[in-house]
Amino acid sequence: MSQFLEISGLCARIDADGQEKQILRGVDLTIPPGEVHAIMGPNGCGKSTLSYVLAGREDYEVTAGSVTFKGQDLLAMEPEERAAAGLFLAFQSPIELPGVNNANFLRTAVNAVRRARGLEELDAVAFLKMAREAAKSLSMAPDMLKRNVNVGFSGGEKKRNEVLQMTLLQPSFAILDETDSGLDVDALRIVAEGVNRLRSPDFSALVITHHQKLLDYLVPDRIHVMAKGRIILSGGPELAKRIDQEGYTKFLAEAA
Amino acid sequence: MPAVTETREAVEKLGQSTYKWGFETDIQMDLAPKGLNEDIVRLISARKNEPEWLLEWRLTAFRKWQSMKEPTWAKVSYPPIDYQDAHYYAAPRKKEGPKSLDEVDPELLKTYEKLGIPLHEQALLAGVELPEGETARPPVAVDAVFDSVSVVTTFRKTLEEAGVIFCPISEAVQEHPELVRKYLGSVVPVADNFYAALNSAVFTDGSFVYVPKGVRCPMELSTYFRINARNTGQFERTLIVVEDGASVSYLEGCTAPMRDENQLHAAVVELVAMEDASIKYSTVQNWYPGDSEGRGGIYNFVTKRGACRGARSKISWTQVETGSAITWKYPSCILQGDGSVGEFYSVAVTNNCQQADTGTKMIHIGRNTRSTIIAKTISAGRSDSTYRGLVRVQPKASGARNFTQCDSLLIGDECGAHTVPYIESRNMAARIEHEATTSKISEDQLFYCRQRGLSEEDAVGLIVNGFCRDVLKELPMEFAVEAQKLLQISLEGSVG
Ligand SMILES: Nc1ncnc2c1ncn2[C@@H]1O[C@H](COP(=O)(O)OP(=O)(O)O)[C@@H](O)[C@H]1O
Ligand SMILES: [Mg+2]
Repeated sequence: MSQFLEISGLCARIDADGQEKQILRGVDLTIPPGEVHAIMGPNGCGKSTLSYVLAGREDYEVTAGSVTFKGQDLLAMEPEERAAAGLFLAFQSPIELPGVNNANFLRTAVNAVRRARGLEELDAVAFLKMAREAAKSLSMAPDMLKRNVNVGFSGGEKKRNEVLQMTLLQPSFAILDETDSGLDVDALRIVAEGVNRLRSPDFSALVITHHQKLLDYLVPDRIHVMAKGRIILSGGPELAKRIDQEGYTKFLAEAA
Repeated sequence: MPAVTETREAVEKLGQSTYKWGFETDIQMDLAPKGLNEDIVRLISARKNEPEWLLEWRLTAFRKWQSMKEPTWAKVSYPPIDYQDAHYYAAPRKKEGPKSLDEVDPELLKTYEKLGIPLHEQALLAGVELPEGETARPPVAVDAVFDSVSVVTTFRKTLEEAGVIFCPISEAVQEHPELVRKYLGSVVPVADNFYAALNSAVFTDGSFVYVPKGVRCPMELSTYFRINARNTGQFERTLIVVEDGASVSYLEGCTAPMRDENQLHAAVVELVAMEDASIKYSTVQNWYPGDSEGRGGIYNFVTKRGACRGARSKISWTQVETGSAITWKYPSCILQGDGSVGEFYSVAVTNNCQQADTGTKMIHIGRNTRSTIIAKTISAGRSDSTYRGLVRVQPKASGARNFTQCDSLLIGDECGAHTVPYIESRNMAARIEHEATTSKISEDQLFYCRQRGLSEEDAVGLIVNGFCRDVLKELPMEFAVEAQKLLQISLEGSVG
């Protein structure tokens, strides 16, 4: 049986002002169902690029390798098809949508995904009830639902709004790209709890982070270290503790 | 951005088959011969059984028009129009007598049914036949104008009881000549501009509204225009007079069949608001825009103006302009009464080869007059859109204030958007603020929405509706929903 998520030999590049820039240089990574994996690695090594390529952002050109998700060729799917199949990306920098009401946006998204998954759409009343409860569980002020998507949100509010969306969209695979960056300790715990609530044998996550703190709450099954567009080392949770204490430089030297 | 280009191309292939109102109705027509001369003007007047003063008024307009030239200052281009090559009178044949739904040609009723225009009062009042989950709409009185003639006006009884007159203007000429004579041309003089003069000479029908002192019109009023016949122009004339302390909310909508030829629509709308009166005038303009190569479509050359004659009166224009091959339109407010208020909320969408030059004029004459202008321009395809607005403050308008916000959203890189504000202040104490922005739908926004499961089309719709929110929220509820859908349909396949 194929794995839940299987990335092999993934290479991707971007055309930056007419110059081809290779970013991913052969990523191999397998995530079984029900597991939470973490990726750590220095700035600019390609973590966000990996998450964008998995989510289907078109600016990145995949030059080699493959990704199967629940037995399907992920790279052949449109971004919205990937979302419907259960993939969710919590953006490192969430995007603002001026004039678009947050609750309306969430309901449109939830119903689009429900439609694609063959579920009945939610009416406004049922949806609002669900959204309010989810917002409350993340200690978000109720008026966050009425505001425009991410417009004027603080950094922390944006991150929580990502987790709110994740909660409502009920993905089977979530990528969290530095969702913990810029959060205070309380917010960090709330976000971690939000992820933990989703944990089940049918839910996997890939968590990109620089901090041990989040991993304390999430207790990942595997840690992967990324450098220069590759996974150079994988191990158990103890790996994260060592990185936290010793920094990346020593590691990269060892791995080289 | 390969996928985006693909989508754009895919939908561009669909061309204007996205125009869902493009069918034609087969109906017996009474048609005047082609061409325009004094005889035609006399014929129209005779067909309408008009009094002598109105014929004279028309002839004056016609003679002035003959000496006038088409304006060329707008940023639109089109081949010369042959004004002799059109019919100036086209009316569905019908029996004489009082109008009720039973007497209307069933083909006509079917047309309006297809368009989703509620003409059946009983069904509406009883609230029957509502699809599940849909709540009953408040009733809306409708005047349906087919080609140049009003075919039916609903809810007249209810309105009469409230003292409100809502009828075809041709009927008002017969029934309330003193009102029509007093106000017709009092806001837009016969020779105001080329198209207004043409309209004054040959207008055939339109709506008349009169709300007496202190009356709040008990329901929304709406006129629905449909051009059907070939080679005809549509020249409707709307006159709305609201007396002291009275108020009305009025909406107009319009569609036309898909045709290869261009058809001229030159309407005139005049509003008069007396002391403490308020008029809310909303337009959802959806004339056939032509195909993706720019063939066919309506030339929409329209003069709309409101006079805030009384103190503290208020006129508010809201327009959602998605149709027409060319739009030339500047709904304006003359703020005469002290403390009177003028508002202009506009969304103008152009796609494919459409051209729009639209905006407003706010003329501050009275003291402490205030005006607000919010104009949202969305250009896609190879279209071109211009906001053109004038704010003029006369010397006596102390304490006058204006706020203008013009935002342009570009979709793709072959379209154009321009903002041309004219500000003329002759009062040092006036406060005039102008803000303008230009933006594009970003790849980031589209990707973010699609990652959440939205299709590209839905994502564009959501972002565009967000961009227009400040204007859409000014529309009456039930029309706001339709306008939102319309925006999305108009922009189908425009992502880039
Ligand atoms: N859209 C882009 N245009 C140009 N360069 C990019 C783009 N996206 C990523 N890069 C470059 O690719 C490298 C990896 O970026 P990223 O994936 O964001 O790293 P990380 O998330 O690990 O910090 C960086 O050098 C970055 O500047
Ligand atoms: Mg990153």
